[in-house]
Amino acid sequence: MIGVEHYVVVSSILFVLGVLGIFLNRKNVIIILMAIELILLAVNLNLVAFSSFLGDLTGQIFAMFVLTVAAGEAAVGLAILVIYFRGRGTIAVDDVNRMKG
Amino acid sequence: MIQVIAFYLFATLCIAAGALTILARNPVHSVLWLIVAFFNAAGLMVLVGAEFIAMLLVIVYVGAVAVLFLFVVMMLDIDFAELRAGFIRNFPLGFALALVLLMELVLGIGAYRAGALKLGTPDGTAAPLAGANNIEAIGALLYSRYLFLFEAAGLVLLVAMIGAIVLTHRQRSDVRGQNIAKQNARRPDEATHNVKPEVGKGVSL
Repeated sequence: MIGVEHYVVVSSILFVLGVLGIFLNRKNVIIILMAIELILLAVNLNLVAFSSFLGDLTGQIFAMFVLTVAAGEAAVGLAILVIYFRGRGTIAVDDVNRMKG
Repeated sequence: MIQVIAFYLFATLCIAAGALTILARNPVHSVLWLIVAFFNAAGLMVLVGAEFIAMLLVIVYVGAVAVLFLFVVMMLDIDFAELRAGFIRNFPLGFALALVLLMELVLGIGAYRAGALKLGTPDGTAAPLAGANNIEAIGALLYSRYLFLFEAAGLVLLVAMIGAIVLTHRQRSDVRGQNIAKQNARRPDEATHNVKPEVGKGVSL
C-alpha cells in the first residue's frame, strides 16, 4: 500500500538530485537554475503529499505560492543570465565575483 | 492495485528524468528531461487528488518555464563542452554532499517510522469542503482565508515581470524606428522648400 512515506522518499530523492546537480555543473548557470527548479518541485511534491495525508488544503495553497515564486525566480534568473552573457560572451559562473556592479 | 502500479511508474520516471536532467551532456536535453520530470510529478499529484496543483504544474512549468529555458538555451551561443570541464573534478565533493543530505532525510524518515512527533492535528478550518471537488475547495479557501497572500503572489509576479523586462531591455542606437508623433506633426511647408540653383552649380542637400 502506498503511504505518505513513499511520497516523502520520492521527494527527498528529487531534492538530493537537485543539490547534486548544483554541485556537478558548477559552471553552467542554466543547469543550476534547472536544478533549483527540481528542488522546488520536490518541495511541492512534499507539500501536496502531506496536504492529502492530513486532509488539510493549506499544503496545496502553499504549493501554489511556491510555484509562483519559482516562476518569478526562473524569469529573473534567466534575464540576469542573458545580460551576463551579453556582457561577457560566456555563462561560466566561476568568475562572477568580477561583476562588481 | 492500479494506483500502486501508477505510483511506481510515475515515481521511477520522475527520479530517472531528474537524474538525467543534471547529467545530460546537452542543456537542450536537460530541459526536455526536466519536462518529463514535471509531467511525472504532476501524475504523482493527481494520484493523491490534488488535480489543480497538478494541472498548474503542467501549464506553468511545462508551458511557460521550460519553454523559457529552451528559448534561452537556444538563443545564447554557448560552448557547452568548455562548461563541463569541472564535471569530473566536482563529482566527489558533490556526491559526498548529496549522500550526506540523503542520509539525513533517511534518518528523518526512519525516526518518523519509529513514532511521529505530535505537532497537533489540523484544526479543520482548511479541510476540503464535503462534496466539492479539489478546484472548488481550493478556490473557496484561496479567495477567503488566503486572499491577501494571493494578492501578494500576484505582486511578486508583477515585480518579477518588470524586473526581467528592465534587466534585458536595451536601447539600440543603430536601429531606425518609426516616430509616429513626428510623422503626424510634419507639415508640407516645413517638409519641402524651393531652391533656385544657378546653372551648373547644383544644390546642396
